[in-house]
Amino acid sequence: MRRLNAGQRHLVQFDLNGKLVSEESEPRLLLSDFLRGVLGSTGSHVGCEHGVCGACTVRLNGRAVRSCLTLAVQANGERVETVEGLARDGVLSPLQQAFRRHHALQCGFCTPGILMSLAELLDADTDVNEKSVRELLSGHLCRCTGYGNIVRAALDVFAEVSATEPAPDA
Amino acid sequence: MKPPVFDYAFVEHLDEVVELLAADGGEARLLAGGQSLIAMLNMRLIQPTLVVDISRLPDHDFITLKEGVVEIGCTVTQSDLQLWPGLAESLPLLKRALPWVGHRQTRNKGTVCGSIAHADPSAELPLCLAALNGEAVLYSSRGERVLAAHELQVGTLETACEPDEMIRALRFPRAVPGVGYGFGEVAYRHGDFAIVAIAVLASTEGVRIAVGGVSEKPEICEWPLMEDRFLNDALNDLAWKLGTTEDQHATAYYRRSLIRKLGRRVVGEALACVG
Repeated sequence: MRRLNAGQRHLVQFDLNGKLVSEESEPRLLLSDFLRGVLGSTGSHVGCEHGVCGACTVRLNGRAVRSCLTLAVQANGERVETVEGLARDGVLSPLQQAFRRHHALQCGFCTPGILMSLAELLDADTDVNEKSVRELLSGHLCRCTGYGNIVRAALDVFAEVSATEPAPDA
Repeated sequence: MKPPVFDYAFVEHLDEVVELLAADGGEARLLAGGQSLIAMLNMRLIQPTLVVDISRLPDHDFITLKEGVVEIGCTVTQSDLQLWPGLAESLPLLKRALPWVGHRQTRNKGTVCGSIAHADPSAELPLCLAALNGEAVLYSSRGERVLAAHELQVGTLETACEPDEMIRALRFPRAVPGVGYGFGEVAYRHGDFAIVAIAVLASTEGVRIAVGGVSEKPEICEWPLMEDRFLNDALNDLAWKLGTTEDQHATAYYRRSLIRKLGRRVVGEALACVG
């Protein structure tokens, strides 16, 4: 058992977008605030802070989760991915490129969370369709109400990814 | 919207959990997925002195087929259960209900046992446990005891689980041949709290209906199989019996009409699946 005292800072280390980060956190600090305030990784946004809006969604060990409903100390030793990790060598990921093509962001506040949820869907699910994308998006609020273009971008990139998947023996 | 201060314990053995619960005089709270707990901490609805993280408790991520039941350990997430290959065959009611439990992003962390322990009156998993009359396995330093759903569920955010006890596992009865299962819900947004949620077990003998979202805990009603027009009357009686509360989400009139209309649809769905 490891007991962390309230009001004191404790070492938290995890893999953030492929790099080991190591900073201190009180037990009560949310992962969203740890990412933004302590690590300066401000790509993930904070909206409602009780799990409703989805702006703070990140991937924890590959699964899309609310960073406002996760304590920083819970991420210790785990793998965290945020929107900053999507682009590689300055090139937008296929998902981000599809968002640009389809004008799937307007003010952009909800976008980092939506991208991380869709990234999980594209990686994990073999059958992505409009229904499954819309069901996934029910976990996000876009107050510009730009859902139609977000759905089109997601379906477009899924079609692209499926078409380029290598054969099993390749 | 930030949690208050608390000590945090990361446990790796069941006995450590119950020791901490017993020692802390009821002020400790368990964190498995945290999808209700951390929201409540953020809103400062609760101020525990100690949060005990059981999420990495070994040997509790099991989903086991046993005689007549599926036993689910306390670290199994709602997504884990959704991805379990035996779900459609053994727990068809949960197969239908799980997509309504929060959103994928919360199901990825939220646990099945945690939802039962939280006991939100509009939550789907407590409704399914009540409909199936499943059981909770409670564990404390005093030992283990098993409570049926109707003994466990006592009110809004309240269970018969003592402050020094934890829900170690749940037992959901497995699907029975000749019984059809149905689930339906109305919420403002898919994944939001249910205004009314209904689970139904139907066979050629009769109908067992569970209604959530309208009172402090899931309400159960059983009827022998009846003709359509009598079913309408029975649902109307049930609606007047249960759906009389009004709040900021819905009027009493709206709740009653949902029980009548959604009830009809879900009973129909369940009857259609009777093998």
